[in-house]
Amino acid sequence: MTTEKPLRPQPQFPEPDTEPFWEATKDHELKYQTCDKCGEVIFYPRAHCNACGSLDTTWNVSKGEGEVYTFSVIMQSRHPAFKDIGPYALAYVDLDEGFRIMTNVVGVDNPIDDIKCGMRVKLTWEDQGEGNIAIPVFEPA
Amino acid sequence: MAQTRDAAIVGIHEYPSRVVGPGVSALQIKAASAAKALEDAGLSWSDVDAVYDTGSHQNIGGLGISEYLGIKPKIIDSTSVGGTSYEFHANHAAAMIAAGKCNVALLTYGSTAHSDRRAIGTGGYASSGPNNPHNNMEAPWGMTLISNYGMVKARHMHQYGTTNEQFAAISIATRKHAMRNPEAVKAMTELEFVGIQELTVEDVVDSRMVAWPLRLLECCMISDGGGAVVIASKEVARNTAKKPVWIIGTGEATKYRENGGDITVSAGGQSGPRAFADAGVSPSEIDSLMVYDSFSITVMCLIEDLGFCAKGEGGDYVAQGHLVFDDPAGPALNTDGGGLSSNHPGERGIFLLLEATRQLRSESTSQIADPKLGLAVGNGGQLGSRHATGVTILAAD
Repeated sequence: MTTEKPLRPQPQFPEPDTEPFWEATKDHELKYQTCDKCGEVIFYPRAHCNACGSLDTTWNVSKGEGEVYTFSVIMQSRHPAFKDIGPYALAYVDLDEGFRIMTNVVGVDNPIDDIKCGMRVKLTWEDQGEGNIAIPVFEPA
Repeated sequence: MAQTRDAAIVGIHEYPSRVVGPGVSALQIKAASAAKALEDAGLSWSDVDAVYDTGSHQNIGGLGISEYLGIKPKIIDSTSVGGTSYEFHANHAAAMIAAGKCNVALLTYGSTAHSDRRAIGTGGYASSGPNNPHNNMEAPWGMTLISNYGMVKARHMHQYGTTNEQFAAISIATRKHAMRNPEAVKAMTELEFVGIQELTVEDVVDSRMVAWPLRLLECCMISDGGGAVVIASKEVARNTAKKPVWIIGTGEATKYRENGGDITVSAGGQSGPRAFADAGVSPSEIDSLMVYDSFSITVMCLIEDLGFCAKGEGGDYVAQGHLVFDDPAGPALNTDGGGLSSNHPGERGIFLLLEATRQLRSESTSQIADPKLGLAVGNGGQLGSRHATGVTILAAD
């Protein structure tokens, strides 16, 4: 019998605004929208443009490159997926395409010392099992 | 705009217990507080014609609490914007009274967050919330409420060079006031605080890290509690038991996570100037300042954004030590002890109104001399994502 690592909190569906975003993560694509009418970069995903209300938006695929806007290192979480992994970094990352995503910065020895605001990072994925969504996270570029 | 005095806080009550145990419900706290606040005003149950409550703990929001209390109001407002809901309620009540729609508004709050052992700060969303874009774009990365505020503090330190030692001044001032408030000392005792005494910078910066860069003594407690506020028209206020405390300025605003936005600037940057313009006064005239101290960073941002100092200079401003009640060089901050050291049942905004009123009635346990103007500024939601900031400026009679 194998001990399975507890899953992170998963996005819950049906939820039609972010479902296309999460569906694309199965192919390791980080998607964001732009407004066809006013050009606004829309994120988090929504069926309408939050700047002008237009319902005409286009999905684009990000290159997954950006910088850490800010971060916090969580020492204590009660969720089963996080409570035993040690300190982990929650962050806002500004993608070069102009959207800000909540995410984690991974791939560092000591998140408090090794992560800096303004640091360049690149996209990587944490798979959640065969056929499931994947979680976009970032590591030092 | 000319300052108006159409509505006043005429009755208040703070539910004294912070640990109520299983025998008391949030609804009972609301009803008991309502009765005491009306008694404080010299008014009766039947005088109430407007009910303001966030609508929690009962079915069908403001209708449910009105039925439970046994009041048939002309106005119901169950605006629910987190911790600052009660500034919004006070502001809305003042406007409705000024418009002649009601005469006696009752604001009620009750919570048993501690006795319920609710994990407000460290629980995370898990996957139990409703299906919506907010939860789906935050929960998978293990965000906790404290880390949301931690991200704001980290950016403030990065952008302005603010230090942990400067942030500590906020915890030190509020604890000094808490030690003078017997109900706050009792709360800290019952909640098993370690070191119930005035704090030093070292106490704060050496306390346990919860979500870097926020440490334990920069985080509010989780208690039970509640209270009530009675707001009345000037005609009613002429005959109330205690001197009215006038609502002279109100402001409300929201802020969301924005692409390219500055996370260190709160919605207070909008609602603060609105309230000051409404009241026709400036920050330098405020002598008691009740700020929602969910975390040290909340106070830092709101003090700057309301214009008590320039943006980014809050570190130097608070570290001067002028926020204590017996230093007339600055406004007195959270003279009841605040959420950091007196109580925090979840939606603390009502306690800001209660202590601001006590100051202007000269009833505080850390009373300033010759009080004239007080300000309550709440923050609801989460500072690093979506939040609302309500400002209520109060004046002595």
